[in-house]
Amino acid sequence: MLAVDLLLALAALATAGQCLLLPGLFRAVANLMAFGLVMALIWVRLEAPDVALAEAAIGAGITGALLLTALGQLPASRRSIQPTRDRPLRQLIPITALVLLMAGVLWATVLALPKPGLVEEVAAVLPESGAEHAVTAILLNLRGIDTLLEIAVMLCAVAAIWSLQQAIPPPALGDHYPGLPTLARWLHPLFLLMFSYFLWQGAHAPGGAFPAGAVLGAGGVLLLLTGSIAWMHQRDFNLLLRWLLTAGLLLFLANALGGLLMTGTLYGLPPQLAGYFIMAIEVATALSIALMLMAFYLFGRPGAQR
Amino acid sequence: MTHLFSNIALTTETLFALVASLLVALALVSVFTARHLIRRLLALNILSSAVFLLLVLIARTADGTDPVPHALVLTGIVVSVSTTAVVLALYLRRYRMKPPC
Repeated sequence: MLAVDLLLALAALATAGQCLLLPGLFRAVANLMAFGLVMALIWVRLEAPDVALAEAAIGAGITGALLLTALGQLPASRRSIQPTRDRPLRQLIPITALVLLMAGVLWATVLALPKPGLVEEVAAVLPESGAEHAVTAILLNLRGIDTLLEIAVMLCAVAAIWSLQQAIPPPALGDHYPGLPTLARWLHPLFLLMFSYFLWQGAHAPGGAFPAGAVLGAGGVLLLLTGSIAWMHQRDFNLLLRWLLTAGLLLFLANALGGLLMTGTLYGLPPQLAGYFIMAIEVATALSIALMLMAFYLFGRPGAQR
Repeated sequence: MTHLFSNIALTTETLFALVASLLVALALVSVFTARHLIRRLLALNILSSAVFLLLVLIARTADGTDPVPHALVLTGIVVSVSTTAVVLALYLRRYRMKPPC
């Protein structure tokens, strides 16, 4: 298996190096997407399947789509990385030495770190948490406050983006590529199927709200790209969209307060009801993650142009 | 320094720890030296991936896989895509101003 590891390590270093060192912005973004896919394979190799699913959908898919759309909006003069004069050799040598020195020190430190871990502690409380899969139990019950704050961070990001400018109108790609809208519409049931499967599987196996939301968000971005979700751009639906975006956070807060009323601690879910709580939060979190990823893709406040 | 590295066997953990360290160093230098702002954003993305790799490596303990860092990394991936989106929106805003600034 070490050969596979070596190949993956080389692929990760090569794609990251090409992304950061070679000229050309488009090439850099394409290399970043390839790097995301290699990272997803590395997560599988390191036995972190939840992370692999989320990285494949977000790191390779949505980040790439965001970057490519932003590049398309830039004026042509800013699209290429200006080929400023090549770095002189005397600048290159200290930079290489610095990289190697930092990497060496970090490597030695990481290998010397103690690895305490919370394996037994998590296993001890897992039966009371309402989920059989440890990562889901931590995300939605044991460390649910973290996930609550993370949804709040995403909502703040959407608010920041919307307050900056008006949304980019959907590109009329259907005129140039007549097959694309049809393909997106045919693929969407598949995205919905994957979404439902990950959600259902999340309680007892790798999957759950994060990969499910990421997959549905990626499918939604594909539909937005082909202009199939016209209502998101319409003024009449703006209020509905805002409520839908906040629904995940509001339900999460309601759960946390419900836990406070029932057990006396914030987000302390009672063990006999925790399964139902987790199911409700999981569906709401996945849907709001998907919708917020799509809202990022608009790059601004929709529904204002008329 | 030499005796520090002398008793290291080439295993999955040490190999990926080396990859993560190299990526952190490369990305950190790029964050500070890149001319184009988008290139800096790409470097930031690679830096976060490398840190996630270090976290997942620390999760592989002697008594099994620790799920807590996995949950942290899942949260971190979503937060890093939020950061990317906000930075890109700010960058686009810069060129859609009239006159552009």
